[in-house]
This record gives sequence, C-alpha cells and structure tokens, in this order.
Amino acid sequence: MTAPTLDSPRSPSPHGDPPERTVLPSVRRVRRRNSILRHSGLILFGLLMLYPLAWMAVSAFKPGYLVLTDPSLIPTELTLENFRNGWYVGNLSFLVFFGNSFVVAGSAIIGNLVSCSLTAYALARMNFRARKVYFAIVLASVMLPMHATMIPQYIIFSELGLVNTFIPLVLPKFLATDAFFIFLMVQFIRGIPRELDQAAFVDGAGPFRTFWYIILPLMKPALITATIFTFIWTWNDFFGQLIYLTDTSVYTVPIALNALVDSQSNQGVGTLMAMSLLSLVPILCFFAFAQKYLIRGIATTGLK
Amino acid sequence: MADTRTPARPPGTRRPKAGKLTRQDGAAHVFMAPWLIGLVAITALPMFASLYLAFTDYNILSSPTWVGTENFERMAGDDRFWSAAWVTVTYVLVSVPLQLAFALALAMVLDKGLRGLAIYRSAYYLPSLLGTSVAVAVLWKQIFGYDGLVNQALGLIGIEGQNWLQNPDTALGTLIVLNVWTFGSPMVIFLAGLRQIPEELYEASRVDGASIVRQFASITIPLLTPIIFFNLILQTIGSFQAFTQAHVISSGTGGPVDSTLFYTLYIYQQAFVNFDMGYASALAWVLMVVIAIITAVHFTLSKRWVFYGD
Repeated sequence: MTAPTLDSPRSPSPHGDPPERTVLPSVRRVRRRNSILRHSGLILFGLLMLYPLAWMAVSAFKPGYLVLTDPSLIPTELTLENFRNGWYVGNLSFLVFFGNSFVVAGSAIIGNLVSCSLTAYALARMNFRARKVYFAIVLASVMLPMHATMIPQYIIFSELGLVNTFIPLVLPKFLATDAFFIFLMVQFIRGIPRELDQAAFVDGAGPFRTFWYIILPLMKPALITATIFTFIWTWNDFFGQLIYLTDTSVYTVPIALNALVDSQSNQGVGTLMAMSLLSLVPILCFFAFAQKYLIRGIATTGLK
Repeated sequence: MADTRTPARPPGTRRPKAGKLTRQDGAAHVFMAPWLIGLVAITALPMFASLYLAFTDYNILSSPTWVGTENFERMAGDDRFWSAAWVTVTYVLVSVPLQLAFALALAMVLDKGLRGLAIYRSAYYLPSLLGTSVAVAVLWKQIFGYDGLVNQALGLIGIEGQNWLQNPDTALGTLIVLNVWTFGSPMVIFLAGLRQIPEELYEASRVDGASIVRQFASITIPLLTPIIFFNLILQTIGSFQAFTQAHVISSGTGGPVDSTLFYTLYIYQQAFVNFDMGYASALAWVLMVVIAIITAVHFTLSKRWVFYGD
C-alpha cells in the first residue's frame, strides 16, 4: 500500500474545504476501485444481455451443422449458405417482402406526419369551440387498446375487398389513428413561442401558411421522433399484418419470417437466424443513425 | 390594420380576438378533418360495432344474430378463457415488476456521473427496440429449445437441460424472461427522471448525515414516484396486449397445454382461425374493460403513493 501522500499534493487547498482535501487520496483510491468494479459489472451484464443477439448474428454465418454444437462467438467456418436457403418463401424472395415492408412503413410514416401534424396544429394553436373536449378525446384514444376496434375494422375491410392489400394497414395512419403522435406534437408546438405565429399573422398569413412556413419547420424534432417510431412500430408490427396479409405476394418481412418458421422448421437454425438477422437490419440502421432522437424521444414521451 | 392585432393592446379592446375565434372554427375543422374522419370511421363506429357484435353470434358468412349475454355466459364456462386470463395475469404480474426493478437499478447505477454512459445506455436499450419483433421471438425459440444456447450454457456447468418451450411449467417463464430483457426503455425514462432530481437535496442530506440507503428511500424514490407510476401504467397496458412472442413461440397454438395462451392470442384464434367473431368481440371487450379498470385503480391508488411535489 502506498502512502496517501504520494497521490496528490498535501498542501492546503486554495479552494478551502480542508477536511475533504486531506482524505482525498484514500477516498480517490476507493472511488477508483468502485468505479472499476462498477464498470466490470456493467460490461459483464451488458455482454450477457447482448449475447443472444450476437449469437444470432454469428449463427447466421455458420454452416448448419456447427450452429447447435458450437456456442462460441468465434466461427471456425463462414458461409452464406443460410441466406441462400432462406431467401425464398414459396416462390417469392425476401426482396419482395422487404419491398412490401418498406412500402407499408413509408406510407405509414407519410400518413402519420401529415395527419397528426395538421391535427396537432389545430389543437395547439387555433381557437375553436370545444377544443378541450377534442384534446381529451385524443388523450383517451391513446389508451384505447386496438382490440376494441380490430374485429369490425377487419369485417369492413374484408367486405370492401381490401384484404391482401396494404390499405387496411396504411389508411388508418392517414386518418391519424396513432393519436399518440398528435399528443406528442401538440406538446411540442406549445413550446414554440407564440410571437412567431403572431408575426406571420400580422404579415397577413392565414392559418395554413403559418402552419406550413412557421410551425412545420420548427417542429422538425417532433417530426423526426414520429418518423422513427412509426418506422419501428410498423416494421415490427405483426398482428395487423398477420390478419390482413395472407397471400404470399403481399407478405411483409415479419409475416414471411413467421411463414418460414412454420413451413420449414426442419430447415435448420442457421437459416432462421440468417433471415431473422436480415429482418432486423433496417431497425439496427435506424438505431445507429438516429440514436440521439430515439433516446430523447423515449426519455420525453415514454415511447418504446 | 396591423396595430389592432399587436399583442400589446389597450385594455378593454377584445373584439379582434373574438373575431378570430369565430373565424378559426371552420379552419380548425379543416385541419382536423383527417383525424375527425378517422375518429368516427376507424375508431368510434367500429368500437360500438364490436360492442354490438359481442352480443351476437357471427361467423362473417351469415349476418349476425342477437344472442343476448350468451357469449359472456359461455366465457364463464370456457376453460381456455380462464387459462388465457390466468396466463396473461401471471405474465403481467411477474414480468412488469421485474422489468421495472431492473430498469430502476440500472438507471441508478448509470446515473452517477459514469464515463461511457451513452454506450451503456444504448447497449441496454437495444433489446427493447427489437424485443417485440418476430425475429427476436424466433431467436428465443432457438435459445430455449432443447439444443439451444441456454442448455449449452447449462451443460458447461454440468446441468442437464430440458426443452423449456415444450414444458408447460417453463414455457411462460421464457416469455417473462423475454419481457424483462426489454427493460431498456423504462430505464431510459428513469434516467431522464433521475436527472430532474436536484443535486442540492443529496448535498443537504449528506450534511445532515444521511446514509446512501436513507437518501435512496427518502429522496430518490419519493421524487421518482411520478416516473415509476408512468412506467408502471405504460408497461402494464403494453404487457396485457402482448401477442407476437406467444404466437411465434407456440406456432399460434398457445401451447404446450395452453401455457403460453396470451389473452390476445386467444382472441386471435377465436376471431381469425375459428371466425367466431361474436365471441371474439365479447372477449375483446372484456380485455378492454379489464385494462380500463386496472388503469383506473392505478390512478386512484396513485394518490396515496405518487408524490408530485408542491
């Protein structure tokens, strides 16, 4: 054990607070030890948490016979065989399913951005009768479970012959049924100084021009948050796509993956892992590039 | 014209504002038109329609016939309904507190001026982002299978594994583990909440000689109760509606022996496998009412323990 004097100058501190100063070296050593302990614990725990994902990624590139016999993360042999095996469901390739998923997610994003921002602007900035009632309805519908409406919705869409199209998945977004984003945007618009709208108003801009040229550019962070979460929710959505998309040609990635599991469970774990990994790539990309917005979005709104 | 509209208006001249009020009535409804249409056509009407269907016998092919409360009576004697309710309640009661405990513990460890916070936060958050996907459910199915990762790990320390998903006693456990694994999103919310607690409180209590445990019990927890409450509501409502994991892991059956038959999965089976739309609507309404009651109870009880400051 080294003497405490070796670590830091003993001279009286210019900042005052002498008692704290004299115990500092030993305190610092304890702190350092604690910090190392804490970091090791956190890293170990993090590795444990991420191990399944890492295993999935590695298994995707392992030859089938090694996947279940070799749990280590360092592969001895690499192959793309798994991706080739899983690429087709029926006679269609995952290229089609990825295309479908992107069409659904992209349309859902546009729908949510347009319909929710318009509604939010009215609720946050315009004076009209029963505004508070409307806002209360928005809040109530945030909590409403989808199961309350899904069966009649399905019946209507199926009567209209829209099963096996993307309309049942996308149309509700254009009608602002993701009320959560309305709430999010209302809160955001309320934070924008009112003087800006008033200035535009004085210059003769009507509500739509004020919305388009003043508010919309300023609410970019809220729009980005809504985009990210709409993408992730739509990409991960299973229930809606499962009931509306039954024909292979309109399968999205999760549905195709599910079909792969059901139809070819003897096809090998490697194949399933390869396609699972592939299906997560877009989300992982979003995670990598939009992390700041993601974390802030969750922290301020509680989205998942 | 401009000066009548400037904010600094002499007192008593309210007329421009009143004019603005009436004029925006129409414009506001134009802005809200998509939402209003959706509210009526996609939310309100289907909701009442499903309430009506809950009292009918309807298989989509023939028109619905009114059967009164028969669907609800049938539920009382339906073993699968009770299994589904039991499985779901167990899932919520076990996984939500565990998930929140992990989230809070990790948030507290990460909060104390730690280097590399952003990296840890991202790493722990990642599972929540992926947790509800089909891909992760497929992964889980492999991990807990007989040849899976868990048994391989157990084999290393000489424990004979089992097929966790084929055993009715453990199948639900694997789904609970999956839900706890996604503690990252409540953790991020807790972290944001911990940042809001003024450092002065800790300093003052330290001067008064409070221990760390005491600080945790008397400062951290009380000031964090609104966040705990928020997370609790959010995760409870979310977990009641879990579906994907159970569907993928049991190939849509809810087995073995209905041990992973989530309530939503049972609704799905009745509605879209058996096309028993009337009964499924009744089941859906029961779920909705239960969620509403639980949320209301949470809010009522919250007055006793949630501290909103002054």
